[in-house]
Amino acid sequence: MQSLANPALHRNGRFAKDKLFVILCIAATMLSITMLIILLTSIGLQGKDFLSWKFLSSAPSRKPAKAGIYPAMMGTIFACGVCALSAIPIGVGTAILLEEFKPRNKHLRLIHSIIQLNITNLAGVPSIVYGILGLTAFAHMFGVLGTVDQPILTIGTTEDWYHLRLPFGRSVLAGGLTLMLVILPIIIISSQEALRAVPGSLRHGALALGCTKWQTVWSTSLPAAIPGIMTGTILAMSRAIGEAAPLLIIAALYLRFTPGHLMDDFSAMPLQIFNWASRPQADFHYVAASGIIVLLAILLTFNAIAITIRQLTHRPMS
Amino acid sequence: MIMTTTMTQSTNESEQLATRTAANSDTAIANENELKNDDALSLNKPVVHERADVVGNKVALEVKNFNSWYGNFQALHNISMDIAEKCVTAFIGPSGCGKSTFLRWINRMNDLTMGARAEGTLKLHGRDLFAPGTDVVDLRRRVGMVFQKPNPFPKSIYANVAFGPKLHTKISKANLDEIVERSLRQAALWDEVKDRLKQSALGLSGGQQQRLCIARAIAAEPEVLLMDEPCSALDPKSTAAIEDLIDELRKEYTIVIVTHNMQQAARSSDYTAFMFQGDLIEYGPTRHIFTNPDNEQTENYITGRFG
Repeated sequence: MQSLANPALHRNGRFAKDKLFVILCIAATMLSITMLIILLTSIGLQGKDFLSWKFLSSAPSRKPAKAGIYPAMMGTIFACGVCALSAIPIGVGTAILLEEFKPRNKHLRLIHSIIQLNITNLAGVPSIVYGILGLTAFAHMFGVLGTVDQPILTIGTTEDWYHLRLPFGRSVLAGGLTLMLVILPIIIISSQEALRAVPGSLRHGALALGCTKWQTVWSTSLPAAIPGIMTGTILAMSRAIGEAAPLLIIAALYLRFTPGHLMDDFSAMPLQIFNWASRPQADFHYVAASGIIVLLAILLTFNAIAITIRQLTHRPMS
Repeated sequence: MIMTTTMTQSTNESEQLATRTAANSDTAIANENELKNDDALSLNKPVVHERADVVGNKVALEVKNFNSWYGNFQALHNISMDIAEKCVTAFIGPSGCGKSTFLRWINRMNDLTMGARAEGTLKLHGRDLFAPGTDVVDLRRRVGMVFQKPNPFPKSIYANVAFGPKLHTKISKANLDEIVERSLRQAALWDEVKDRLKQSALGLSGGQQQRLCIARAIAAEPEVLLMDEPCSALDPKSTAAIEDLIDELRKEYTIVIVTHNMQQAARSSDYTAFMFQGDLIEYGPTRHIFTNPDNEQTENYITGRFG
């Protein structure tokens, strides 16, 4: 205990600095938590009056009292469904290629690093840019596949749930795929990191037993990386649910019906909220707050489900 | 490059070899009858150093003028040796002498290392491992490997052992159960884990994990078992268990083991190769290397004067 009593140790004030640092960290944390609490409370207070079962189940209206979020909610769920179903396999697949099948050849290595660099860059592209890209690539298909009125291919009629046409037009499918573009870089990068974190010894163990590369990935690296991949995917999907900018050009701001098939017009919750919030009537601002509460609730529910699945599937063997 | 391997061919050595083979008299007699077989090595032939070592035994691995590089760094210089079938061959030498590199060429794990390349002949049961069209996946099935650090998969104990057999063939549950039990028994682990086969392999102790890795390797029924310092991360008790295991396994498998533990090499191997800075300095029957090495460097190393 002598060293603690030694005044020389306190001379340069390093213990004081230590305490100060902890206090600074606590202050920073408290600041962000306070902001969050203020935000949630104000939204809760503003939105509580319009929040009801009717709000969830009816279409938007010109009268604030009758306004509902149902079509936008369904639009968001459909678009995010499309987004998840396309982004997860493509993103994880890309990550596996980049991480597990690294080329040895000098030229291929160059291509590999260029792709890697570009994916990293894509993560920083503003989402409105993806919106324009989605409009050109998915909605209009660069104009080479006819127009929405004169599509080159149609399957089923607008009455059928499986209705499909080329080009997609400003539809749920085009919107979902646009959201996919937004979150692909996030999924790829987080999946790559998860795969990189799998110890090489496991891979070598599998290869030394006579696994092909694919068997090694499928039986060893991928299962070990799943928790990390899921964490990244959850974050990415949260972003997709909340994105307004990329859908601004593709989806409707205000729509009274729910999409019946993938080619249907749709609205999304962030857009609907944006629409309400930009109206002059004060009551609509409260409706917007209710919409935000619903959006947050859906987001948290999805995250909770995904985290539960992650914990349940990967507890026993890790 | 001139072989630095000692070329002593004294009668003394021949006598020693004869004694060594006498212990293995069954094999020796069997081989007398197979004089025409190229793999069989007769006592009557003139003793050529690198062949002399495995006299009386069939050759599992034939190495000739084998060189290896990592980028511009030459890790192995002109290695020539024969490794005997169903014997334990130990590689000793200071760190970085190339013994692990050599081991990792036998199942071509070095293919995975950037910039690693090899030249020369490396034949497993007469088949060149570097011949174009060699199926590396099949090679690795035939050459099992146990790593320095235990690396069980994050799966159940059962799934770990069943992993190899399931990769290569469709196999019935009953058959698989049998293979798992046999492999675990061979690895002297069965009694400890038979009641918790479905539990995670990561719950085992380090020594148990390493024995599990051995069970996993032998479940795939390899011809050769490579062990890269299998005991370096283990306590003496687990080490003893694994040495007993090696002693059991030598009846069925050709074992090549890299070790830093001189006593281990002396205790558990039939042949010992001493390597230094990428050269094979001396190779011969373990008793000979440890009691009467021909090379001064070898003697210095095993007596602990350097390295």
